[in-house]
This record gives sequence, C-alpha cells and structure tokens, in this order.
Amino acid sequence: MATYTLKVRRYQPESGEGPYWEEFDVELDPSLSVLDGLLQAKDRDDGSLSVRCSCRAAICGSCGMKVNGSSTLACKTQIGEAHEQANRRPDVPAEGGQIGHSTSGTSNPIVVEPMGNMPVIKDLITDMESTHWEKIRRVTPWLLPHGDPPEREYVVEPESMIDITQSMACIQCGACVSSCLSMEADPEFIGPAALAKAYRFVGDPRDAETTERLHDLAHDPHGIYDCTHCFSCIDACPKGVAPMDQIMRLRRRAEENGIDSDPNNGHNHMVAFTKIIEKKGTLDESLLLQESYAPGVKGKLKPTKGAIKGLLGSIPTALRGLKTGKMRSLPKLIPGVHPKLPGGAQDEVKTIYAHAQEHREEFNLYIKGEDGDEETAVAEGLEPDPQKETA
Amino acid sequence: MPSHDVLVIGAGLAGQRAALAAAEQGVSVGIVSKVHPVRSHSNAAQGGINAALNPGDSWESHAFDTIKGSDYLGDQDAIEIMCREAPEEILHLEHLGVTFHRNEEGRLGTRAFGGASAARTYYVADITGQAIMHVLYEQLMKHSEQVARYEEWFCTALALDEGGECCGVVTRNIADGSMQLFEAKSVILACGGNGQVWKPTTNALICTGDGIAMAYRAGAKLMDMEMIQYHPTTLAGKGFLITEGARGEGAHLLNAKGERFMERYAPNKMELASRDVVSRAEQTEINEGRGFPDGTVALDITVVPRKRVHEALREIVLVGRDFAGVDITREPIRIKPGNHYTMGGVKTDVDGRTDIPGLYAAGETACVSVHGGNRLGANSLLDTLIFGRRSGADAASRAKRIERSRPSKAALEAEQAQLEAIAAREKGSGRRISEIKLELGTTMDKHVAVFREEAGIQEALETVRRLKEEARSAYVDDKGNVFNQDLLAAIELGYMLDNAECTCVAALERKESRGAQYRTDFPERNDTDWLKHIDLELGADGPEISYSEVTITQWEPEARTY
Repeated sequence: MATYTLKVRRYQPESGEGPYWEEFDVELDPSLSVLDGLLQAKDRDDGSLSVRCSCRAAICGSCGMKVNGSSTLACKTQIGEAHEQANRRPDVPAEGGQIGHSTSGTSNPIVVEPMGNMPVIKDLITDMESTHWEKIRRVTPWLLPHGDPPEREYVVEPESMIDITQSMACIQCGACVSSCLSMEADPEFIGPAALAKAYRFVGDPRDAETTERLHDLAHDPHGIYDCTHCFSCIDACPKGVAPMDQIMRLRRRAEENGIDSDPNNGHNHMVAFTKIIEKKGTLDESLLLQESYAPGVKGKLKPTKGAIKGLLGSIPTALRGLKTGKMRSLPKLIPGVHPKLPGGAQDEVKTIYAHAQEHREEFNLYIKGEDGDEETAVAEGLEPDPQKETA
Repeated sequence: MPSHDVLVIGAGLAGQRAALAAAEQGVSVGIVSKVHPVRSHSNAAQGGINAALNPGDSWESHAFDTIKGSDYLGDQDAIEIMCREAPEEILHLEHLGVTFHRNEEGRLGTRAFGGASAARTYYVADITGQAIMHVLYEQLMKHSEQVARYEEWFCTALALDEGGECCGVVTRNIADGSMQLFEAKSVILACGGNGQVWKPTTNALICTGDGIAMAYRAGAKLMDMEMIQYHPTTLAGKGFLITEGARGEGAHLLNAKGERFMERYAPNKMELASRDVVSRAEQTEINEGRGFPDGTVALDITVVPRKRVHEALREIVLVGRDFAGVDITREPIRIKPGNHYTMGGVKTDVDGRTDIPGLYAAGETACVSVHGGNRLGANSLLDTLIFGRRSGADAASRAKRIERSRPSKAALEAEQAQLEAIAAREKGSGRRISEIKLELGTTMDKHVAVFREEAGIQEALETVRRLKEEARSAYVDDKGNVFNQDLLAAIELGYMLDNAECTCVAALERKESRGAQYRTDFPERNDTDWLKHIDLELGADGPEISYSEVTITQWEPEARTY
C-alpha cells in the first residue's frame, strides 16, 4: 500500500463554472491502476467524479484519458508507474530510471485529464460521437463482398486474417485520436482509428471494394495523406494496433493500385522522400519540395499546373525553412549539389533499401510479439540472427 | 414517446444479434444500452465459439458434451437446437466479416476447449468476443435506417399494460438525465449477467444483473439462480480472466509442489475437464495446503510454443504483463477460481419468450436452459447468438401480429419519483453505495462460491437482506442531471441485491451437489429428488420457490467423470 495524489482536471457542466483542478489522495497497491485510484476517490470522497469505465482490463475501451499528458487507458496504467513518471526529474535521463522529487520535498501528483481533440462533457467524459464515431462511419465500416456468399466459408490465405486481426484488435478507445497531432491541426482528418478500421476492410480478401475504398481515402484531402507520420498514435495505442502502420499499409496498397495523384500531393511526396534518401543518404529538405511537386528533369522542364501551384503555395514553407536553417544553404536548391554520404556509407544505405525491398516485413504483434522480443523472433526464424550476420 | 415494434435492452452479442434478426423481418427496431455497444461485456469472451462444423464432428456429440457439462440440468430440446444451428451461425458470421482463424488450407480452423470431445472451437486469436461484437456493430451501423441506436441510455423498469403484457420500458438518457417512456410491442432483455454481485469477478463493472432484476420485479420467473460459474483461471485479487484457450493450447495447471494435480481429479481430460470440475480441484489443492501462500495455483503456459502464444494468446500476454507483471511465455502465472458466469436467469422457452407476454430474454440474462449446472467454455457466445437471433425473430413476428397497447404514464412517473427520492437523501443519512456494494461482493464470494454449505449461505442471505434495508437510505453525492453515474449506481445496487437474494434462496434450496452448486453438506448429486429446475418468482416476502421439469430427449443422466 502506498499513498498517491491524483490531480484531476474536473468540469461540472451544470455548475456554471469552468474547468478546475482537484487533488485526491488515494491509498492502494502500486500494481493497481490509475482507474482503481479514480474509483477509490469516487467511492470514498466524491461520487460526482465522473469517468467512463467498465471492464478494468483494457478490453472495453471506456477509460481513455490523459495520464501525465499521455493518452492511454487508465485501467492499463499502473498507479505506481504513473507516480514514478510524474516524478522523473527532467535533468535525469529517463533510461537512468532515477526518481526525483520536486524542490519542495513533496512528490508531484499524477496528472489526470480528459482526452484531447474531443469536447469534454463532464470531468473525464468526452464526446466521442462527433470526433470518433462519425469518422468511423465515414470509412464505410462494413464488409462489402460481391455476389452471394459461398455455401461454406470464404477460403482465404491464413496470413491475411492474422494481418487484419491487428486492426480488429482495436477497441475504439480513442487514445490515438486524443494524441493525434494531425487532427490537432486539421480536425477534419479522418484520423488514426478510422483509418486503421479502413485497413481492416482493405486488407480483407473477402472485400470487393478495395480499389474504391483506396481511391476514396487517397483523394480525400483529410484522408491517408493527411497523416504526418509522427508516431503519436502508435505510442498511445494500448492494444498494439499501431494505427500509423495501418495508414502506411493503406498508402502502399493505394500505390499498388496505381493511385499516384492526390490533392495533398502525398504520394509524390512519399516517392520523393524515399528517392532522396536512397540517392543521398540523408534527407535534403531543399530538394524535397521541388522533387515532390516536379520530380526529375522532366518534371522541372515541363511542370504541371498542379506542380506550379503547389510550389508557389509552398514558398512560405520554403522561406521558413531557410530562416530556421532546415534548408541548409541556397546552393543546395540547385539539383545535384547535395553531396552523397562519405566513405561508402551511401552504399550501405542502398543495401538497406535492397534488403527492405526483398524482405518487406510488417510489424504485427500477432506474428512477432512485443518489442524486446527479438530473441523469440530469431529463435523462430522470423528475424535474421544478428550474430550470424556479423559473423 | 419513442416507439418501436421491437425494443432490445442491452447491446452485447445477444442484443445486437436480436436487433439484426428483428430488423430482417422488416419491423422497426430500437436498441438501448447503458454503455456504447462496443463497450459491452461480450468483448471479454476470449477463447472462441463452439460448433460441430467439421466433417467427422456431429451436433449430437456437441449436444452430449454440453449436457454432460451441464450435469444433466440443461434442457435437452434447447441444447439440440443450439448445437444443430451452430454451424450455420458460424458461417453467417464469417460471411459478415468475422476474421476467424484459418488453417493451412485457408479454411476455418479450430482449437480444443474444456469438456469437449472434439476440437470444435472457432476463434479469432483470443479476442473472439470482441471481434464478433465489432462485426455485429458494423452491421448495426450499416442498417442504421432499420435499427435506431440509443447509446448510453439506462433502463430503470419495464412497463406492463393492463392485461399484464410488456409494452415498454422506462429509460433515462444518461447524457442529460431526462426520463423517457419507450413504447414497444415486444421487449427483449439482453443485459448480460450479474457478476458484480461477487468480488472479485471477471465481469465488467456494468454486469449488475439489470435484466434479471427488471424481469423479476415485473413478475417473470427466474430459473437456476444458484448456478454461478467460477472460472478456473482468474488472476488473484483482481479477478481478471485468463482464457480457457490457454489450456486448450496445452497449458498445465501446477500446485505449489509443481505437481500436475488434475491427474488426481480428471485423469482423462486433465486440464480440459469441465470448469466446475477444474475449479473444485484447484480450490481443494488450495484448501488442503498445496497451493501458494497467496491462495493460488499456477498456470504454466511456457509449455506452449512461443510463436503459437503470440499468434493465439496475444491478449493473455498483455494481461500477464500489464496486470500481473508476468511474462507468460517465460514463467507460470498464479491463478485461482473466480466468479465468471450466471448460468441461471430469466426463464425462457427456446424462442426467448418469458412468462410475461411480449417480454423476451436472451444471452446471459436468460436461462433457456442450455447450460444447466455448468456452462462449457465457448458455449456462451453460441448461446447469445442462437437465442439472440431466435428471440429477435420471434419478437418481430409477435410485433407484426398484435395491436400496439400504450404503456401508462404512471410507470414513468413512479420511476421519476424514485430517482428524485434517491437524489434527495442527505449526505451522511446512511451508508455509501460503494460500501454496501463491497460488503455484498465479499460476502457472496465467501459463502456462495465454489464450495457452499447451509450455514454460510444462510449468513449470506441474512447479510443481503440487511443490505437491502440499508440501501434504502444510502445517499449519493452527485445531484446533477448530466452523466450522473452516482445515481445510476444506486439503481444498479438495487438490481444486484435482488439477484443476490435469489441466488442465496436457490442455493439454500438445492440440497445436493450438481454442476457449480457444490454443497459440502450434501456432496452427492441426487437425481431422485433434484433433477429439476428451481424457479423463483417475486412474492410478498421475496422470492417464492416452485419447480419445473428438466427436458430430457435422448440422453439419460449418468455418472459424470472426465
């Protein structure tokens, strides 16, 4: 048993007051959850403290919220760990595992807030209908097979079912939506949860509308190319769904289906990005813009209307880039000036590319297990043995 | 006043399946749930769903396993229907999009499960309930014109007309606290079980026996309420479930001495005997000092190949890691029997009809009975789907047949007055709701669990009756309208206390040991006197007892060994 302080962001809509902070002292075993802590406060101190919850075991997806600023499920966050996290000194590296205390000698409270990117209804309860479920419905979230079903089951590749089981593992808790940086910038972004749901159908061999789905999601300016690849949703997801990975799968499937233009210029940006690194070894921001809109010599000699419009529209971005030093020097705007990596490193990059082409592997928990489980993966031949490779 | 032909209360698997089946008949359907449908507790069903679909397997074999599992208390006509219709239901789900595990040929693959004589459990990793429920919710979204969804609406009472037929439900919109009388020609209760009556339990906080209590209060009969399943593998203290699929994949049970003790209790089926048998074996080991000091035994999953664990027991890897700090692929995990499932419930026929015309029940709320004294693993999902569908279809055909009768406003006004009275209680006027709930849960887990005897059950019953009295003055802190969970907890507590009282009365009445009811004072099964259902009906002083016959078609009761 230990005592913890939960600092909860509260909002009582009928009080006429704005949101406020309230601290609750709770006493429980460190292995119990932040949700257990909240429920103790509710049971003992204040029954009006409102939080959606049901299963307590990270299955129902009710208790999405922010703990110490990170979107997560309260039931899946151990209160002892949350306390340690709240008291990690910023000057001590996290890996050091050292726990510090604030200067006053008292420990910092565990900060609990409602999810982000959603209107708050009461205390930790948010409106998921307008910010989550509406978007889920946007991706036509049901199977669309052609013709009558077979007499028995559809016969499909066993791997395809395991592949989409990762997105079926989504419990619709909203933690990814809460953490999504793209959605913060563009509230109309379809978002990580709904796009992961979309992959569940695109990846399903029984669905007959794959191409239509991909066209729809690529051509929507708030669709698959509205994701900025920031990894927040992967960090937040309590179920290992890795929504961003599903979005990347949708992009690859779109490309395989010949969808190479979109209002966000996302596909061309993706191609330019990978090509630059393949050729130069590092990302050259000054090249990225031009190559995204007007790829190669041909693109520059005969730029399309869209390319000119896109490049003109990007001038403010380019200027900001120059100002902040992201585009390191003006000469680099001239194609070919950016040097390759020294000492044969460029060849190493090419080797990585070749390897990736040959052994494209999707990260899927149902196949590979968790991070840090390389030992298992190696033992089962899923991953090349690093020792053998170096030998 | 919202009005539908068929109104479904509860949106887990039984409720969603019922709503879809009713909608197929072209009637107007409403589905009401106190949580968003995908939060329903069917999510927690991990292991799979049984069906004799493989060539070489037969529905008769599935039926016999179920009957034997039920300790011959299941009604064989109902079990026959469930097992015959199971294969078609699995294929229907597959066609809707459920991502069932495939074998190497790309066809549906199975895993072994407890109490079954063939590997006939179809599954999606260990998220089978979740995967099926999300697919059904996809279908509800697809058919939103036929099925109106009332998400986060709480039901406080059923409304009957002057002729005693069910014609509606009193509800509270949780978002704003407004009360509404919903009108319907048929009402289907699919509210799940009552696991929260016990502490700990594998059940979610929402499993408070709402449907069972509402039906009981309206005058419907309950059946087999003493039959409460303790699942053999739950985490000590927290009560979280470790799927039977783990044992289905080959995991062993070990006592503190490292002995595979099931050898002594079920030499043939070992860890895959029926759940009541395995739970009693574990509890015996623990009681006789061969368990660990924390009152547990060990489940050793390390004998299952790691690749298979990642693929098929993913959720359990996470449960072990996040809730017990154990990597199940590397070390055994400590488990014990824990409250899990309500075999009893609202007495229905094979089309979900209760004693009250117009009122149906399906899933864990109902007692058809296909589970009798003990439910087999992977039969609960099947029960929800088969009898959810049959209830939905029958409720729709009734709605087409009959004239609408209007529920009286008096039902609504009585409920409004009741809620206002609870909210008006002064702080400190009585005990806190949470205190009463805790005392109820620990009392039931102590006396009405794996092993029971008269004095203990009697003590539990007296405690429950005292708590019912105390609940009358229990106060709530929240006086508002928006998401007043405090007030709803008070209503739920009332539901739980009614469930508990019925379970105690029935457990006291059944003076034999059958299935989940093991009486240390009556340790033998007694077919002469007790091969019958115990029915309960609300009387002036609580539950009144009567009996009904067990339907036997072709399987005569015999000794039960595994």
